[in-house]
Amino acid sequence: MPINVLMPALSPTMEKGNLAKWLKKEGDTVKSGDVLAEIETDKATMEVEAVDEGVLAKIVVPEGTADVPVNDLIALIAEEGEDVGSVQAGGNGQGKAAEAPAKAEAAKTDATKTDAGRTEPGKPQAPAGNETPGGGTMSYERVDTAPEGARPAAGKANGAAPPTSGGRLFASPLARRIAKQEGLDLAAVQGSGPHGRIIERDVRAALDGGTAKPVPQAAAKEAAAKEAAVPAAKPDPAPAPKPAAAPPSGLTAKQVMGMFEPGSFEEVPLDGMRKTIAKRLVESKQTVPHFYLSLDVELDALLSLREQVNAGAAKDKDGKPAFKLSVNDFVIKALALALQRVPAANAVWAEDRILRFRHSDVGVAVAIDGGLFTPVIRKAEQKTLSTISAEMKDLAARARTKKLKPDEYQGGTTAVSNLGMFGIKSFGAVINPPHGTILAVGAGEARVVAKNGAPAVVQAMTVTLSCDHRVVDGALGAELLAAFKGLIESPMGMLV
Amino acid sequence: MSDTYDILIIGAGPGGYVAAIRAAQLGFKTAVVDREHLGGICLNWGCIPTKALLRSAEIYHYMQHAKDYGLTAENVGFDVSAIVKRSRGVSGRLNGGVGMLLKKNKVDVIWGEAAIEAAPKGNEAGRVVVRETTRAEAPKGAKAAGTYGAKHIIVATGARPRAIPGIEPDKKQIWTYYEAMVPQTMPKSLLVMGSGAIGIEFASFYRTMGAEVTVVEVLPQILPVEDHEIAAHARKRFEKQGIKILTGAKVAKVEKGADAITATVETEGGKTQEITAEILISAVGVVGNIETLGLEKLGVTIERGIVATDGLGRTSVPGIYAIGDVAGPPMLAHKAEHEGVLCVETIKGLHTHPMDKGKIPGCTYCQPQVASVGLTEAKAKAQGFDVRVGRFPFAGNGKAIALGEPDGLVKTIFDRKTGQLLGAHMVGAEVTELIQGYVVAMTLETTEEELMHTVFPHPTLSEMMHESVLDAYGRVIHT
Repeated sequence: MPINVLMPALSPTMEKGNLAKWLKKEGDTVKSGDVLAEIETDKATMEVEAVDEGVLAKIVVPEGTADVPVNDLIALIAEEGEDVGSVQAGGNGQGKAAEAPAKAEAAKTDATKTDAGRTEPGKPQAPAGNETPGGGTMSYERVDTAPEGARPAAGKANGAAPPTSGGRLFASPLARRIAKQEGLDLAAVQGSGPHGRIIERDVRAALDGGTAKPVPQAAAKEAAAKEAAVPAAKPDPAPAPKPAAAPPSGLTAKQVMGMFEPGSFEEVPLDGMRKTIAKRLVESKQTVPHFYLSLDVELDALLSLREQVNAGAAKDKDGKPAFKLSVNDFVIKALALALQRVPAANAVWAEDRILRFRHSDVGVAVAIDGGLFTPVIRKAEQKTLSTISAEMKDLAARARTKKLKPDEYQGGTTAVSNLGMFGIKSFGAVINPPHGTILAVGAGEARVVAKNGAPAVVQAMTVTLSCDHRVVDGALGAELLAAFKGLIESPMGMLV
Repeated sequence: MSDTYDILIIGAGPGGYVAAIRAAQLGFKTAVVDREHLGGICLNWGCIPTKALLRSAEIYHYMQHAKDYGLTAENVGFDVSAIVKRSRGVSGRLNGGVGMLLKKNKVDVIWGEAAIEAAPKGNEAGRVVVRETTRAEAPKGAKAAGTYGAKHIIVATGARPRAIPGIEPDKKQIWTYYEAMVPQTMPKSLLVMGSGAIGIEFASFYRTMGAEVTVVEVLPQILPVEDHEIAAHARKRFEKQGIKILTGAKVAKVEKGADAITATVETEGGKTQEITAEILISAVGVVGNIETLGLEKLGVTIERGIVATDGLGRTSVPGIYAIGDVAGPPMLAHKAEHEGVLCVETIKGLHTHPMDKGKIPGCTYCQPQVASVGLTEAKAKAQGFDVRVGRFPFAGNGKAIALGEPDGLVKTIFDRKTGQLLGAHMVGAEVTELIQGYVVAMTLETTEEELMHTVFPHPTLSEMMHESVLDAYGRVIHT
């Protein structure tokens, strides 16, 4: 029996991913731990490792295939002693008859897994799919990706439609399948069939008209499920579980294109990251009541401290310093400490409640080719500047190669967005839901200010805090910014 | 004005009488007007009596082949008048049944020719004038001619045979289904013009009864609405039975002689040939009965002989509705019935949706039978679907072999992307009784997965429906 390699769930809410690249060819011998393929989700690229030995007999989903549902068969591995040729013949022959075994196997596996996921929602995913009687199904999943607490959710990722409130959702099989293929949350679709059953017509209308609401973030539901106060187990707020119908938008592609001369533009297809950015930021601007607070912060003390600290860094035998702190590292640390001093601002909105956090998890926007990531520095208030600096370098480097794990860019209550290196004086950033705030940092520059009644030249920068008014009111935001300013202007406090 | 109704329906065919019963169920004061027969063409001159004739033909066929089943039947023969009498008896019995159903539901039957004098306006009822008719005697208890009021008027007047100029039916040598239904003697030879359901059924009946039959079809395929593969299979079987078939051919001219007609048939490439036959059956389709109702005067929009509706029976004039054949194709009794119910429920204010005409099955009761629903393979491809096609032959089915019916095919068409069942097409024994399984599946929007998971009873012909689905996905067992 060949072993089925299934599309792994790289995060609790992942429903599908793109098969970016096969690192093994058909016929290659694979050992446990070998990287078989790279899977791209809306934000990250992850590796699929083999957990069994054998020969990669058949690649079922070719590389470059987009939107492969979790748990779909992607490859077959022939076990030791198994005739690779026969496994291949199953998939390589011509015509529909020859194509059958692989497909049949896929269907069978899929059904088994789906059932298992439904009936045993409390069980972790891997066992659910591991032992198909006679099927030899193996689930390939990175053990280090999903936080333990969030694991069970992965089991239902393959279920066609989550019921709204624990009740059964009535939808025709065709409606379910189309919704699954198009990434539509059926819970948000109004059924027009008998007794409100959702039928194909409703799904098509939702897809065409964008009437479907985006999936109410799994976060909202699961947050309500008591996991709220534990940041480590915080359910995934970052990538939308499904890209939903489309971000609500005023004009259709056809309408927009109609306004330009044909041929005067080129069409750039949206990748997962672009879709996620579009969707989440539209959602942010539409649902989060933003307001903005700006403040000038003097940097002379910080810059001189930074110089001293960097100069004092231990050097290794090549003369390379152990660390080199950036102004941004100080900003991260200052914001983390400020949140500790103003704990009411260290919070996020969760629909019917506010979640307030003990530690300061600070996201940092990292621009990359074609988009951006916001990896999170956890417990930044406890970390030394050098630790923060080292973590940032690592996270930023891996963000650029899209190798971040989902749990490295999910969570946090706030974020830092710094465009100072581009000379931007000041700007207002869009809050990255579910964050309560975001700090936009402008360029540090020499400014003439009045000091003791006389003009003086100081190094200064302008920071702007965008606040979610549902969580952070004006005075609270001002308090947070004042604490931040105090820390930056008297930076020695950050060293202890 | 004699009486005012909530709903008055003109035409007591399958669309009209079903709508009337549904209206009565919903509490409307309802009347139905007819000039000739309860149950309409379907019950009196169409679907039902032809099935009775074809049943006689089928049993005759079996008796001729009794030996195949180990039986003896000698001197097998038939009595035309008895066959016709049985057929008429079946219609008569059902016709009486419709009368009883209407009575039971307290639907008034008004006898005569109806015309709409005024459309309903706001709270003011419309007026329908019913004139006496000499076509047929009124059934017992029917109300007489007069002017009746109605808040809602549903036109359900059906259709009649289309006539081709120069080849008009004369009831003697050029027949329509009316005359073909009640032959006094069995004609020795027949020319059937048109190979739709009506033409093919009569061709099949008369051929089985021993007549020399030639079918002339303008289009390149017989049974033009069916899937090409199914039609090709049926054609082969017909030709084996001795029916001559000319496709891509047109009857250009008909000359009537004393005992026979001679038709000049133009075939492909501009060639012509003359065919002589005792009788010509004209089966070139039907046209809606939209005249003499006063529709145009009232401003009801009519497009190419069809009353335009919104899919729920509403015409361009408020208060006036149209269902069934007058509201456009497919001109089938079951479509009319369904439209009638939808129309009345819409008037009631119930939540209705226009019917999906892509899910209306069609059945032809020739030997072999043909049944289908949804898109043909060619149409599915033309609509841009990437299809998966499944086929299963009768020869692979145990029950079919046991029945002595090893010829036939079940074909299914799926959308490769979504697994939606786009169409199902069958030819062979009893397929008209099988197709409904696929219609239910399509209506419930099942995908191939549910069909594969469905358990079909063994041994039945229905197992072929399962196998065909399996075949579409490369999992067929018995071929």
